[in-house]
Amino acid sequence: MPSLKDLRNRIASVKATQKITKAMQMVAAAKLRRAQSAAEAARPYAERMETVLANLASGISGAGAPKLIGGTGSDKVQLLVVCTAERGLCGAFNSSIARLARDKALALKAEGKTVKFVCVGKKGYDILRRQFAADILEVIDLRAFKQLGFANAETIAQSILARFANGEFDVATLFFSKFKSVISQIPTAQRIIPAEIPAGTKTMSAVYDYEPEESEILETLLPRNLTVQVLRAILENAASEQGARMSAMDSATRNAGEMIKKQTQLYNRSRQAMITKELIEIISGAEAL
Amino acid sequence: MATFTFELVSPERILFSGDAVSVIVPSVEGEMTVLAGHAPVVAVLKPGIVLVQTGASNGKEFFVSGGLAEVNATSVTILAEQARFLEDVDNAVLDQEILTAETRHAGSHDEAEKKRLHDQLVQLREFKGVFEQRKAA
Repeated sequence: MPSLKDLRNRIASVKATQKITKAMQMVAAAKLRRAQSAAEAARPYAERMETVLANLASGISGAGAPKLIGGTGSDKVQLLVVCTAERGLCGAFNSSIARLARDKALALKAEGKTVKFVCVGKKGYDILRRQFAADILEVIDLRAFKQLGFANAETIAQSILARFANGEFDVATLFFSKFKSVISQIPTAQRIIPAEIPAGTKTMSAVYDYEPEESEILETLLPRNLTVQVLRAILENAASEQGARMSAMDSATRNAGEMIKKQTQLYNRSRQAMITKELIEIISGAEAL
Repeated sequence: MATFTFELVSPERILFSGDAVSVIVPSVEGEMTVLAGHAPVVAVLKPGIVLVQTGASNGKEFFVSGGLAEVNATSVTILAEQARFLEDVDNAVLDQEILTAETRHAGSHDEAEKKRLHDQLVQLREFKGVFEQRKAA
């Protein structure tokens, strides 16, 4: 039976924890609003880009196609770009992305392919390095940036492109969490090299004029498309992270509340038991006289 | 007057979406005016001003720092690298753009990339000149 002082201390410490989780929940809620509008604002651009690319790509095919769209003709070496958060305490957010990447990596390895990683965000690296320490090429840290933007995506895309140009890999897949709602984030894998052309997009059979050359346009467009896809991934991820943190902290606050209630009840009960015990002692002492 | 759907999107947001009568697009090979029924074109843009006419008398101007314009039978889409309302642009913004382009040019090693960035830098400086003249006038 814990003493009254122990119980008091325990209640005080749970209360302090609850204050922290509550504050974190409110911070996450405020950040979420901004991250969500940023993610939503980035969607149309990425979608338009996909349509334009699909239109362009329908016109070119075969051996003449750039490698970024046609592939290297092999899929031996696979690069997994894993985008996660920089901070923890956001429920299963980081681990569910990492798990998706790990399952994919193990499946690829079982097929006899080489797997390499680029980690965006520290948490994913922390999880993946336990198993794949030797395969991780690079860790990109975005902690210094409060608001992620085009420039951040460009740095990541440039690094991926440089590796592709060096022939370090054949296929790249991007792992991130799609923001669906505050309570639902979907870990997603998206192939970025060679670019995935969404099937079923209505291909305008119109023959385009190109200004300048078609190949030149594709040369600038494909790397930019990569940047845009990365941008979308990190923005969706940022929104998902805040959403996940918000709901994780919400349930933590609720759990703490329940615990406080239970402990307080226990405290009151043992206090009363003690009073009753003392009274009995006094009365029986008086009767004995 | 015949209209078409025009959209100006930057990675951060949609700046314009609606019907337009004509759009002047700063393509790398010269400015071009797009009217309804224009032949399908895909053009790379240079830093410059996009002028949208939504009616006989009202127009809107935007600054784009580069990007891509796609013209097809029914719509025109501009995917800008960066776009702003022209009212929000001043010399400081342009200087900042030039500075970023300079640092990137200096930091680039790839030959083709370097050439592209150099072109962009020249175009930016050119545009700054035009912009200053415009403001003076």
